[in-house]
Amino acid sequence: MNAIVKASRRDFLKGSAALGGGLIVGFYLPPSGIAADLKPVAANAWVRISPDNQVTLVCHRNEMGQDVYTSLALLVAEELNVDVNKVAIEQAPVDPVYINSLLGAQITGGSTSIRDAWVKLREAGATARVLLTSAAAQRWSVPPAECVAANGYVSHAGGRRASYGELAGAAAQLPAPQNVALKKPAEFTLIGKQRHRLDSAVKARGQAQYGLDVSMPGMVYASLEQCPVPGGKVAAVDGARAKALPGVLAVVDIGEGVAVVADHYWTAKTAREALVITWDYGPGSTLDTVQIRATLREGAHRDGAIVRQAGDAAAALKSAARTVSAEYHSQLLAHATLEPMNCLALVSERGCDIWTSTQFPQGAQGVAAARSGAPAAQTRIWPQFIGGGFGRRLDVDFIGQAAAIAAAVPGKPVKLIWTREDDTRHDFYRPASFHTLAGGLDAQGKLVAFDYKMVSSSITNRMFPGVVKNDLDPFMTEGSANLAYEVPNAMQRVVIQEYGLRSGYWRSVSHALNAFAIESFFDELAHAAGRDAIAFRLELLGKLPRQQAVLERAAAESGWGKPLPAGTALGVAMMESYETHQALVARVSKSGKRLRLERLVYVVDPGVAVHPDQIVAQIQSGAVTGLINTLRSKITVRDGRIEQSNFDDFPLLRITQMPRIDVIVMQGGDKPGGIGEVGVPLTAPAVANAVFALTGKRVRSLPLADAGVEFV
Amino acid sequence: MTTLTINGKTLEVHAAPDTPLLWVLRDHLGMSGTKFGCGAGLCGACTVHLEGTPVRSCRIPLAAAQGARITTIEGIAADRVGAAVQAAWDRIDVPQCGYCQSGQVMAATALLARNPKPTDADIDAALVGNICRCGTYARIRAAIHGAAKSLEA
Ligand code: FES
Ligand code: FES
Repeated sequence: MNAIVKASRRDFLKGSAALGGGLIVGFYLPPSGIAADLKPVAANAWVRISPDNQVTLVCHRNEMGQDVYTSLALLVAEELNVDVNKVAIEQAPVDPVYINSLLGAQITGGSTSIRDAWVKLREAGATARVLLTSAAAQRWSVPPAECVAANGYVSHAGGRRASYGELAGAAAQLPAPQNVALKKPAEFTLIGKQRHRLDSAVKARGQAQYGLDVSMPGMVYASLEQCPVPGGKVAAVDGARAKALPGVLAVVDIGEGVAVVADHYWTAKTAREALVITWDYGPGSTLDTVQIRATLREGAHRDGAIVRQAGDAAAALKSAARTVSAEYHSQLLAHATLEPMNCLALVSERGCDIWTSTQFPQGAQGVAAARSGAPAAQTRIWPQFIGGGFGRRLDVDFIGQAAAIAAAVPGKPVKLIWTREDDTRHDFYRPASFHTLAGGLDAQGKLVAFDYKMVSSSITNRMFPGVVKNDLDPFMTEGSANLAYEVPNAMQRVVIQEYGLRSGYWRSVSHALNAFAIESFFDELAHAAGRDAIAFRLELLGKLPRQQAVLERAAAESGWGKPLPAGTALGVAMMESYETHQALVARVSKSGKRLRLERLVYVVDPGVAVHPDQIVAQIQSGAVTGLINTLRSKITVRDGRIEQSNFDDFPLLRITQMPRIDVIVMQGGDKPGGIGEVGVPLTAPAVANAVFALTGKRVRSLPLADAGVEFV
Repeated sequence: MTTLTINGKTLEVHAAPDTPLLWVLRDHLGMSGTKFGCGAGLCGACTVHLEGTPVRSCRIPLAAAQGARITTIEGIAADRVGAAVQAAWDRIDVPQCGYCQSGQVMAATALLARNPKPTDADIDAALVGNICRCGTYARIRAAIHGAAKSLEA
């Protein structure tokens, strides 16, 4: 994604200098405290130090489990020389200084938080440390070089000592230093060494505040009946019966649905059933899953755009000693965050205030302003802990809905809460995809030609159309554009083919789609060549020693090539994603008519590990998301309606299905790669390859259960 | 008017008798630690204890909760086992997004109260109804074993 706006270095440094009596609100923003003064926190940087020596990180990324709170605090604390466990976290408002340089907007996504912050936040910490040291030196009339900043205090050899908090006011008056020196990795005391999350305790006690938990005096509730066909609209509504029910305050037609506003959530939800709505279903009302698959297959006849090209793949395929070809398919999926979509909105003479769990505060501000009628400058977003994002909360539909409903009852804070059924049926779905692949082997079984086409819906065309140029959506080519294998003749294409259902970014986006097709197919190629699946891959990785290293390590850790117990088999997959190299070996066994997933061995090399234990946690988490994609979950469509509704028909992985997952972290680089989505894409190909090794059955379509491959 | 006994306190609630206990706790009593995930007894995010037994509060109408002893995540630290479970959760860094964890802690506490030394199979059986979308299951198991150990002393 191209940068829409770039945070300038000047703004950044100015912001870093804004120390002094900052507002300290601990782990969350209690709205009751804010209600007295709705002015947003006027911070445009990351570090606040209060007179009582409390250091606060104004966290510009949203915490959804991926550990930005602690990992980003580590970057600041490392350079500021403070105890990270004592750093308070405050969630940042919308401000250009917080724009993610890798994505061009204030977004938490794309496994970019640490990569974007790696230099920025260490500089923020170092700048603050230099300013505090200078302030102390001035106060004591000694050279700054004789002062040491450590553990929240500046001290001088002569025995003088002052806390950061005592110095913060004076430090804020000093000009920001240029080119502060950062620590060398060997000097790190926190990065790579910390082992605790700052938000574990509040979450274990039920005290973390999610969007759903925000409460305000006089708050009312909304439940929204949306058109059962996504994209359809209200034609007419008779809300008289609902309106007459006790506790109901208003019935509001917002176009895509009708909301009942009531004194309590349960009143609103039950009254919603009394609405009589006539829908204009729009063009989507005949859509079904079979048609979606046929449309994608049809799309494969188009050329699309070239993603990567080498040599002459067509000629090399013709002259190859042996060719293999295959078609792959991935299903639609819902995000199914455990916290359903919800948003608290207040429209008043002060503008529009929004309390919600979002990955995209900047987008939230835009949609809330547009749908409430408030000026953007008077639209404030108060991001909360996120009860699961996975990309769903990059979309801001529910925030716009809450703003539109709140505009109809001005002065009243309205909390819109979706039911689980709403959440499943009104998602932006992980796109279905269709892939064609062909490979050519020479007489020695070496891969000499690779032809690949991926056909799917473009999420980016819907959300950030300016980013798609010449039919090339960079979020559709992940895992293809950066294919690790060096093949002398390659033609890799991508075709944008819409099929009539809205699609959304789903943790790891097209990495999962491309990896399932490519990594399964490379297994087919190895098999056709009569080669070991790891040896076959290794010889194509000439220029990527880190990729070779993770693959070799995964082989060693998983017992690859060693004798296995009867009825057991291994499958491998590997890729580079988000600047992190990884390999995965899955082990499956027979369990009666079903199969059992026994173990996943991940080896990941993110270059530098900032918070190693949370890398392990994120890879395990990614594995579970990946298994949802792999085993049995799917969204299907009939007459334009989503057929699934809750966790009975859209199952998520339960504790009984959790395999043993081992995660080995290597550090072969000099800066951190992304982690939050890395665990997702390889489960499907690794497990499918193990299934093939065990049963001889090659499954080329997800979920595996659709092909009769059932796991216990 | 319904009388409830929650975390040792007696409270009066004005709500329709069919209102699920979950929404009584969250909206009428302002106790937001108990979470809403599915509303259908399928995810366990809303788990509370009714007379010490873990139940899905989204499926318990207010009328059915009258008179019973209710414990929620807000009150579980007062229980020796609950406090040990929460300490283990913090020590082992179980939570990711954290949204399911109130329910997980309540389910784990109920398990340890009746089975002080659960096996992995016991844990699986007791927590199969509690979905963690973030996939913290390995640490949930580890933390339950950890809490069991800390309670032995
Ligand atoms: S909300 Fe009660 S079980 Fe899911
Ligand atoms: S920690 Fe996110 S759902 Fe369990």
